[in-house]
Amino acid sequence: MAEPAKKLAKIVINERLCKGCSICIDFCPTNVLELKGSCVAVKDLEACTRCQLCDLRCPDFAIQVF
Amino acid sequence: MAQKKKLLQGNEACVEGALYAGCKFYAGYPITPSTEIAEGLSVRLPKVGGKFIQMEDEIASIAAAIGGSVAGLKSLTATSGPGFSLKQECLGYACIAEIPLVIVNVMRGGPSTGYPTGPSQADIMQAKWGTHGDHPVIAVTPSYVQEILSETVRAFNLAEKFRTPVIVLYDEIIGHMREPITIPVPGELEVIDREKVTCEADEYFPYDERYEIAPLAPFGSGYRFHVTGLNHKKDGFPTNDSKQIDANNRRIMRKIENHKEEIWKNEETFLDDAEVVVFTLGSTARSARFAVNKAREEGIKAGLLRPLTIWPFPDKAITELSKRVKAIIVPEMNLGQMTLEVERCSKKADVVGIHRVDGEPITPAQILDAIKKHK
Amino acid sequence: MSTAAPEKKEKVVQPFDYDKYLRPNKLPHIWCPGCGHGIVLKALLRAIDKTGLPKDNIVMVSGIGCSSRTPGYVDFNTMHTLHGRAMAFATGIKFARPDLKVIVVTGDGDALAIGGNHFIHACRRNIDMTVLVYTNATYGMTGGQYSPTSPIGSTATTSRYGNIEPPFDTCEMAKASGASFVARGTAYHTIELERTIYDALMHKGMSVVDIIDACPTYFGRMNKYKSATQMMEILEKDNTVNIKQADKLPPEKLQGKMLRGVLHKVDRPEYCDQYEEHVIKKATSKE
Repeated sequence: MAEPAKKLAKIVINERLCKGCSICIDFCPTNVLELKGSCVAVKDLEACTRCQLCDLRCPDFAIQVF
Repeated sequence: MAQKKKLLQGNEACVEGALYAGCKFYAGYPITPSTEIAEGLSVRLPKVGGKFIQMEDEIASIAAAIGGSVAGLKSLTATSGPGFSLKQECLGYACIAEIPLVIVNVMRGGPSTGYPTGPSQADIMQAKWGTHGDHPVIAVTPSYVQEILSETVRAFNLAEKFRTPVIVLYDEIIGHMREPITIPVPGELEVIDREKVTCEADEYFPYDERYEIAPLAPFGSGYRFHVTGLNHKKDGFPTNDSKQIDANNRRIMRKIENHKEEIWKNEETFLDDAEVVVFTLGSTARSARFAVNKAREEGIKAGLLRPLTIWPFPDKAITELSKRVKAIIVPEMNLGQMTLEVERCSKKADVVGIHRVDGEPITPAQILDAIKKHK
Repeated sequence: MSTAAPEKKEKVVQPFDYDKYLRPNKLPHIWCPGCGHGIVLKALLRAIDKTGLPKDNIVMVSGIGCSSRTPGYVDFNTMHTLHGRAMAFATGIKFARPDLKVIVVTGDGDALAIGGNHFIHACRRNIDMTVLVYTNATYGMTGGQYSPTSPIGSTATTSRYGNIEPPFDTCEMAKASGASFVARGTAYHTIELERTIYDALMHKGMSVVDIIDACPTYFGRMNKYKSATQMMEILEKDNTVNIKQADKLPPEKLQGKMLRGVLHKVDRPEYCDQYEEHVIKKATSKE
C-alpha cells in the first residue's frame, strides 16, 4: 500500500436497540457489516466510506458512523 | 353593571352560560334540537376572540373540542341523541386523559333518529354508561331557562375543577322554551378557571399521583408532555403494569366519588313532612312542582326532590328519604331509567315510575293521580 | 474531533444527534424488525431540526395504529388520540393555538378508512398542519388485515383469496380535497424524504406527505417478500419515480409507478388566517 493510511471510521452499534433486520447490511455499498446472531456487527471496517447509509436507513436508532 | 333581563330560549341561555363561564372554543355539528347553541356561539364567540368551528361530524366536533381544551381554552360541544351516541368514544377519551370539557345533550326522542323534534329524557343512562369501560361521569340537569344558564356555568366549573368531561343534560321542551331570564353580572356566579401550573418543566407530571387531581398544563406552555387514551403512568406514557392500571382506573373514579357532596345539588320542596315524594328532573320537574302544589292544596303531604346533578346519582338523598316516606314517584320521559336507580337506593319506600315515550310531556295530572294513589 | 490534522482535510459528516428530539429511555420502540416507521421517524426529526422550531412549539398528534405510536418517543407536546380522529383533535389544537406547529402522524388505515372523513375535511379547510401518512398497506397493530391502500390481489389475514378492493391514491385524494401541499416519499429514499418533509413543514396550509414504507411482518410475509430490504427495493425503489425524472421518461417506463416528490403546491387561504381576517374582524368591528 503506497497511499497513506486513511483514518478509519468509527462505527457505533447499540446492541440493545438493534433488532437484526439486516437493512444496514444489505444496503451497505462496501459490504462492511454482517449479522452476528440477532445483531449487526462490523466485518470490514477498512472498507467503510462513512457514507452513513446504514445510519440513515436503520429503523432502530442502533448504528452510527463517526 | 346592571343585570340584563332577556326573553330567551333554553338553548340561547346555554350560550349565555357558556360565555359567562369563559368558554372560548366551540366545535359542533348541526343537530335538532340543539342547533341554536351552535348558531348562537357562531355569532357570539368571535366577538370575544373565541373560536367557533363547525366540524365535519359529531365525532370530529368533540375531538376538536378536546383539542381546544388541551390547548388551554374552555371548550364546549353540543348535540342531541344520535350525535351524543357518536361522541361516546371521545367522551371516554376525555375521561381517561382527564381533559376538561362540557358536552350539552338536548334530549330528543329515540332510539336512533327517533323523534327529532320531540322531547325525551331517555339519555340519562347513556350519559352514565354510553362510553365503554369504567369511568367517572358528572351530569347536570336544569329545569328552567334561567337554570340552563347557571348550570352551564356550573358544568364548566366542575369540568375545570375535576379535570373531567361534564354533561349538561336537558330535554327538548326546555331547550326550546322561552322564558324571561336575568343575565348575571360578572362576579355574580362563581367561575372557576383552570389551575395554573407553576412548577419546573422537568418536575411536571400531568397525572401526578401526589395530587388527587393534578393541574393540566396547556400544550405550548413550556411543559412538554404526553397524552394518550391508553392506560398510563403519572407522566402520561402508556403502561402495562397491572398495579398502575388499577391505581389509575380507581383514581379517576375516586376523584368524583370523594367529592360527591360538593357535586350534588338537589332542590327540596316540602320534604320535611312529606309522605309521598316525587323525584324527577328537567321539564318533568315543572309538571311535578305543579302536581305537588295541587296535592298540598288538597291536604296531601306531597314533596318534590329535584336533582340538578343526576350523575353522580344522588343516592344518599334518596336512601335517607326512602326511610321516612311511603312512596317515591319517579316520572320520566323514558321507560324507567331513573326509576331503576331510585329502586336501587330506596330502602323502604315504594318506588313508582311514570313513563312516557310518545313525545308528549308528562302532565301534572298524571303525577297528581300517582300521588293520590300512593299517599 | 480530530487532534492531529490530516494532510488532506477529510470532510467527516457527523451523524445526526437524534437524542436531541427523543424522549429519554423510551427506546427500543415497539416497531418490528425491518419496519419502515423508524426510518421515517428519523427523516422527520432531521427535517424538524432543519426548521429550527423550538420543541415547546411543536405539537404531534396521532390516532391509533403502529405509526400512531410515534408521538410517545418524541420530546414535543404529544397526543395519542383515537382511531381515525387525529386530524380532528389536531384541528382543535391548531385552531385554539395557531402559533403552534401541528404535525399529524397517521397510518393509511387510520387516515383513509376510519379517519377518511376527517382527512378530506382537514384538506378542504386547508388548515395549517402537516400530515404524514405512513402507508404500509396493512393494519399492523391488529395483525395484518387489508387496508385502503392494499393493492388488488394482495393477501392479508382478511383477504386470503386476494384483495378485491381497489386502493386509494392518498395524494390524489388530498389534492382533490383541497390540500395545498401534497407530496410522496418513501423510507428507502430517506434523504429525499427528509427534504420533502422539510418542505411540507415550511408550507403554510394543509400539507400531506404520503410515505411508502414496509411492513415486513405482515404485508411482507403474507405476500411472499423475502426481507425488509427486498420490500424496500421493490415497493419503494423500483415501484416509484421522482416527479422530476418522470418528465424525462417514456410513458411505458412510468406504467404502474407511483410518483415521489412534491406533487402539488399552491397558495390557498389558510383556515386560521381566514377566521382571524374575516370572522373575528367582522364580529368585532363597530357597524
